[in-house]
Amino acid sequence: MSNIENNSSRSWFSAENRGTLVQEYGIFLAFLLLAVILSFSNEYFLTPGNISNVLLQTSINGVLAIGMTFVILTRGIDLSVGSVVALAGMVSASFATTSATAGVAGAPYPFFVALAIGILVGVACGIIVGFIVSRFAVPAFVATLGMLSAARGMTLIYGGGKPVPALTPEFRWIGTGNILGIPMPVILLGIVFLASWWILTRTRFGRYIYAVGGNPHAAKTSGINVTRIRFLVYVISGGLSGLAGMMLSARTGSALPQAGIAYELDAIAAVVIGGTSLSGGVGRVTGTLIGALIIGVMNNGLDLMGIQSYYQQVLKGALIVGAVMLDQKRNQGL
Amino acid sequence: MQPLLKVEGLKKSFGGVAALRDGRLELQAGSVHALCGGNGAGKSTFLSILMGIQQRDGGTIWRRGRQVHYSNPAEALASGIAIIEQELSPVPHMTVAENIYLGREPSGRFGGIDFKKMNRDAQQLLDRLEFGIRATQTMMTLSVAQMQLVEIAKAFSHEAEVIFMDEPTSAIGEKEAQHLFAAVARLKAEGKGVVYVSHRLSEIFQIADSYTVFRDGGYVGSGLLADIDRPGLIKMIVGRELGEEYIKTNDPTDEIGLEVSGLTLPGKIEDISFSVRKGEIFGIYGLMGSGRTEIFNCLFGLDRPSHGSIRLEGEQITVAKPADAMANGIAFVTEDRKVSGLNLADSVRGNICLASLPEMSPRFVMKGRDEAAASAEMIARFGIKAARDTMPVSGLSGGNQQKVVLGKWFLRQPRLLLLDEPTRGVDVGAKREIYRIICDFTAAGGTVVMISSEIDEVLGMSDRILVMRQGKSAGIHDRRATDAQSLVHLST
Repeated sequence: MSNIENNSSRSWFSAENRGTLVQEYGIFLAFLLLAVILSFSNEYFLTPGNISNVLLQTSINGVLAIGMTFVILTRGIDLSVGSVVALAGMVSASFATTSATAGVAGAPYPFFVALAIGILVGVACGIIVGFIVSRFAVPAFVATLGMLSAARGMTLIYGGGKPVPALTPEFRWIGTGNILGIPMPVILLGIVFLASWWILTRTRFGRYIYAVGGNPHAAKTSGINVTRIRFLVYVISGGLSGLAGMMLSARTGSALPQAGIAYELDAIAAVVIGGTSLSGGVGRVTGTLIGALIIGVMNNGLDLMGIQSYYQQVLKGALIVGAVMLDQKRNQGL
Repeated sequence: MQPLLKVEGLKKSFGGVAALRDGRLELQAGSVHALCGGNGAGKSTFLSILMGIQQRDGGTIWRRGRQVHYSNPAEALASGIAIIEQELSPVPHMTVAENIYLGREPSGRFGGIDFKKMNRDAQQLLDRLEFGIRATQTMMTLSVAQMQLVEIAKAFSHEAEVIFMDEPTSAIGEKEAQHLFAAVARLKAEGKGVVYVSHRLSEIFQIADSYTVFRDGGYVGSGLLADIDRPGLIKMIVGRELGEEYIKTNDPTDEIGLEVSGLTLPGKIEDISFSVRKGEIFGIYGLMGSGRTEIFNCLFGLDRPSHGSIRLEGEQITVAKPADAMANGIAFVTEDRKVSGLNLADSVRGNICLASLPEMSPRFVMKGRDEAAASAEMIARFGIKAARDTMPVSGLSGGNQQKVVLGKWFLRQPRLLLLDEPTRGVDVGAKREIYRIICDFTAAGGTVVMISSEIDEVLGMSDRILVMRQGKSAGIHDRRATDAQSLVHLST
């Protein structure tokens, strides 16, 4: 026992420990710093209306990025989320439209039917991808690249290349409604975040995900069913993409075939900025949420300052690379 | 004559913690010098300063009598210092010649590479060293031992005079090790100086002429190996008398713990049968690729045998996946803790709990208190030296990492312990603690099967030894009725 005490006094000052502190709070401090700068440079930034606006804009990317976190923690990647957003948004909209031509027979159905169908579509896409990745050892990059193309194609086939307009007010409520003044998409993001945080930090399944990502061999020899965990993370990402697709259709009031293009990039960006390692096993969903908020706040702040959106993309690119550079430096033990 | 390399008072601290206080070494031409010390003695820091990877805080280095300072590995290499690292990093899809001349390929016409000259030069070099490797083979077709020989050839082609070898035999078998030693002898005959770092004392006594011992970051002593015996060297390394190197206090009972019959995995192992009594330590000895690890993989559900039955304490069991083996009370400490034993991204606590997650989450939700208690229990039981159990397991020394792996399995209170190279890369002191743990386990009625390529360890610890040769059993021998020579003979 004396050894334990000896070592603790020594390593409290060690580089490793300082690294942990940066890891724990660095991203949060960066976020606060950004918010403080913006609130000083623009008096409109901290108004309730604008905060609500930022959260609203972050909610869809936030939901996708949380799903992506599950996948990336197991050393995977899901490039298909943007296309699945479009497909699930389109299919669910066809059950919730009052348009006679764009809907399925018997539409509009009650909004919860459309909601269930949208999530099922996302889950189905996740099952296909998860099956291919986990059973056939196809690299996730390739399998989800295939789904990116296939799901976009299916969206166009399903809708005949046309949008699905005129969604019922009940369905639109999940995108535009609010409870006690909090917008529904923000509430949904909150629920998804809390559930994911709980799964990843408190449950056996969460431990399995970290173990599979950290070292699949060690996970396997410790009796963990690696194939099943790899499968399930894509199902989760697919289901959350389905939810995000409906949030998008509901907010805009119609489902567009070109919805969600390049959404996977923002989702991956949020995960990476949030400190989750692309090599798996390290990261947290809190970081991802803050990563998504940083992207949202940055876009909003630059909008408020009247900076052209083209510059925003350049800055976002620099932010992503900068975050990973910091991460690498940290991993080298400072 | 000027020594090839002389080092005095080398110092290095990391964040206020001294990793090296006083590093000293004197290497003569045409000699093999063993650098000894436990994990954390400062050997790695010492090597990395001499290789120009890290910068010293103090001390002097003389190369052939001239003071030198290396600010990067290229400078060290240019002055004739090469290292053969413990973990080799070849480019697997390139040929042997391309690997040897990586970054300094002879140029041909139009700025291309003169492959003909490169292959010819490489082949000449390999032939001169009598390595029996073709220069046009791709690196991935070679064994680990052959890759090391290629590294030696590479050092030669750089005209290195001082060659550091860091634990070169940790990943190769006895026979391959003898090849390596022959290569080391050739280096010596050519007038080079070799600094040989190894935990395996029998190797040191076989190939080295002189020694230097470090302990706790400082120089302890040096001399000729002819003037010291094994217990004396151990005493210098650990700083106290260890008594017997191998602790063997187990007492086999008459009850059968494990019975394996006719185990066959096509192309790997054929008709392997043996039985182990409770309280017995059963050794398996064989070269790499002799099928020894496959026996464990079949017992643990990582490979599916085509034939054979497994009986555990008299009861026939079927093992289709690791979870089945674990449910039957089997634990498997795998060969390479970094590859398949530990999740290096996780904490000490996380790793100790890794194989017991379902038990600690009866209703899906993890019981944090159980995790903390389990981890504290194993840390205390095995004396794992960690600042906190929430620190990353990658920050521990090799011996402590291995104890974390043992802790992970002992938490499950196994009946049968499968140990594959349980003391690889572990210093002398930690080795003894691991032997103690194994013996305590057998004393409590546990059954142990242990693979080791360290012949002294097999003979020192096992009651009986199964020798594997090319996937087949070459007999089971009682420890008292065999010796190192006959084991090596049977296995090759």
